[in-house]
Amino acid sequence: MRPIAKPLAGLLRWLGSIALGLAGLILVTFLFAHFSPIDPVIRIVGDKATPETYDAAKAALGLDRPLILQFAHYAGGVLTGDFGTAWSTGQPVGVDLARAFPATVELATIAIIIGAAAGVGLGLIAGLWPGGWRDATVRVVSLLGYSVPIFWLGLLALLLFYARLHWFGGPGRQDVTYEMTTVPVTGFLLIDTLLAGDKDAFFDAISHICLPALVLAFYSTAGIARLTRAAILEELHKEYVTTARAKGASQARIVLRHILPNIRATLITVIALAYAVLLEGAVFTETVFAWPGIGRYLTISLFASDIPAILGGTLLIGACFITLNSVTDLLVGGLDPRLKR
Amino acid sequence: MNRSPSLIIGACIVGLAILIAVFAPLIAPYDPNLQAIADRLQPASALHWLGTDGFGRDLLSRLIYGARPTLEIISLVALLMAPLGIAIGIVAGYYGGFVDRLLMRFTDMTMSFPRLILSFAFVAVLGPGLLNVALALALTSWPPYARQARVETRAMRRSDYVASAEMLGIRGPRLLAGHVLPLVLPLALVRIALDLAGMVLIAAGLGFLGLGVLPPTAEWGKMVADGTPVIFDQWWVAASGGGAILVLSLGFNLMADGLRDILDPRHG
Amino acid sequence: MAEPLLAVDGLTVRFGGSSVVEDVSFSVGYERLAIVGESGSGKSLTARSILGLVPPPGQVSARRLSLAGRDLRSLTPSEWAGVRGAEIGLVLQDPRFALNPSHRVGRQVEEALVLHTGLSRLERRERALDMLAAVGLERPREVYNLFPGELSGGMGQRVMIAAMLVARPKLLIADEPTSALDEDLRRQILCLIAELAEKHRMGLILISHDLQQVADFADQVIVMYRGRIVDRRPARELAESDNPYTSMLWNCRPSAASYGTRLPVLNAAEREALDELGA
Repeated sequence: MRPIAKPLAGLLRWLGSIALGLAGLILVTFLFAHFSPIDPVIRIVGDKATPETYDAAKAALGLDRPLILQFAHYAGGVLTGDFGTAWSTGQPVGVDLARAFPATVELATIAIIIGAAAGVGLGLIAGLWPGGWRDATVRVVSLLGYSVPIFWLGLLALLLFYARLHWFGGPGRQDVTYEMTTVPVTGFLLIDTLLAGDKDAFFDAISHICLPALVLAFYSTAGIARLTRAAILEELHKEYVTTARAKGASQARIVLRHILPNIRATLITVIALAYAVLLEGAVFTETVFAWPGIGRYLTISLFASDIPAILGGTLLIGACFITLNSVTDLLVGGLDPRLKR
Repeated sequence: MNRSPSLIIGACIVGLAILIAVFAPLIAPYDPNLQAIADRLQPASALHWLGTDGFGRDLLSRLIYGARPTLEIISLVALLMAPLGIAIGIVAGYYGGFVDRLLMRFTDMTMSFPRLILSFAFVAVLGPGLLNVALALALTSWPPYARQARVETRAMRRSDYVASAEMLGIRGPRLLAGHVLPLVLPLALVRIALDLAGMVLIAAGLGFLGLGVLPPTAEWGKMVADGTPVIFDQWWVAASGGGAILVLSLGFNLMADGLRDILDPRHG
Repeated sequence: MAEPLLAVDGLTVRFGGSSVVEDVSFSVGYERLAIVGESGSGKSLTARSILGLVPPPGQVSARRLSLAGRDLRSLTPSEWAGVRGAEIGLVLQDPRFALNPSHRVGRQVEEALVLHTGLSRLERRERALDMLAAVGLERPREVYNLFPGELSGGMGQRVMIAAMLVARPKLLIADEPTSALDEDLRRQILCLIAELAEKHRMGLILISHDLQQVADFADQVIVMYRGRIVDRRPARELAESDNPYTSMLWNCRPSAASYGTRLPVLNAAEREALDELGA
């Protein structure tokens, strides 16, 4: 193949797999809605309606058309940003999601920064003193963090650090007093309060984001530490490490200068995956901390049996998940010097 | 160096959980659904070792019975996802060509889906309950088994071992079942152990959101949810359920670590 | 008697209950010593013990292990870091694995200088380029910027030699340095190693399973079997060795002459004698 064609083919293949994933996601959510025991027609006309009223309402909703057409209509809507109308708020689901999304992203981003730093750090510590007590401690801590149910951890954290010790702010993103005065510009409170120059609101926002972020971070630290440690230990057995040692390199130099560049791609993949998992786990943390993001939106919609809202939120998080993983694959392919030929 | 302490401890924990679930009626001091409003929200005492919940139900008994739904769900998931995944993988690996490509596209696509969120949506929209939770988890978790089975099948496909069996006239499904399957199974078992730890957490999480078994059946995730409104004062209600989830998940993770240690001791 | 460069007496390496290297003693001056044996004979581990690179749970013990009079048995990790690379060098078998795939050649060749000398960046680069030229690479400046993945087997091995010699160690250990290379390259690389050892006045320990190679390039030879030394003699006497194991190894050398013939093996009595030695 000509020089330009090969990377182009790879790019097209990559786009194709994202498209396939997103298409599958849309199909799956459509099928969920179709097979749901909750009948959207009855929801409108009530269960005492006459057959004629029922049929008329069904036709109005477009549910009498062949399945393929219904799917095409649904998919077309989703791709243009129309996720339908929420049953509980009466608003377009897209609007609800747009309002809730920044809160989730803000929380997940702060959490992953803390989590990745701590996770890689712990993994490095295990690699610098393999087989010792530090290594064992890292193993135990990550094992525990990996096994703990995140909603339970959040609850206990609230109990201890908010209710008993008063170290951090409680549920919600801000104290009620600031809620009214903060002007949403980006939707990211930490940025908006700084832009408005409102120091008190800024610190209030920090004190509220700390606890949920730390809880989420703990979970990702466990996973990232575990995988970082495994990656480093795997490399330590390799011949180039022996060569470096034979030159007189210290363990620190070996882990930091020799091994780290070689596992960069792995680490990025791990961190990206952890970020995607955080977006998913938002469902639990946001519920516990009453954080007004997509996760909370999903649970509120759940309790209201609001199917368009549930599926809209699912599509959004699902799309982020798929896109994040695909982008990571692409980046990693370009970063690895061993693949440079 | 064949024993792994992780594996032993993990297996003990899991074994204990299974025993507790099976013998629940014999072990539990009280009927888990017996309400006694006068005794609600009591802390741990000689009568109620873990205290009581908002309806006066004994927490220890609920904890013991709560092992059942969790173990039932994950057993069901294992029984659904492994055969499904392995079957798809074997077919893809054996027949190759177009069938292989098609099935692998399908597998890759499913693999890219967010497991937790889709399970959530599945159960949220199609109705709660044990079967739905298990189905949701199984339908989103089978791809790695398919991939693994396919790799093994393809390797076997080219081997002399299979060629000689074919020459003897053994073909198709019989070949697959008799010769390929025994190779694929052990690896799948290891993977199941790895998966179950995560399943426990997801199933409990869905229970927390009320998407698990229907009340009043005791379920650990739901117990945490029940304890949430009173978390600040009667913290033991939520703590007990979550603690059980932690211990069981830990058990599976230890088993998985132990199995990995045995298979590749360098990673110790 | 002058202090030998390397003195090894009673070297034993144990893993758990069993010894993989048992009571090995030899000394090396500014000459070429070869250690030969089959796989599993313990020759590689012997070499690693000299560098303190036997990984746990292996345990190394010796009555004596000294380099130029310095006792190597009780060195701390940081003292070892000072010895390795600067006093002793190690060339490994396969440059595809032994070189770090993420570092450029120049960086890897200079590393020993970074660790053991206070040279400036420019000075290090000069030394590295000189070394790359000295190992027979035709365009050192180009190679300097390449990644190991872009090198051929022969080039990679030359780079490795350069990297290990750049800090002018006193002793060089070459562990099967040509086993991963094509036949025609092997002589070239060995000649190179031998020349450089001569030129820089280094002791050389060559580890190999190829007796022909050893006969051609070494001064002294030690034959190991199952962790013990079973024969030691000058290289030129290898062909006429009276030791049954050695002569069997010698007669098993692959060549056009032995093509199609039955290769010699030890008879029962010889094997028993050998096993007793290794018991």
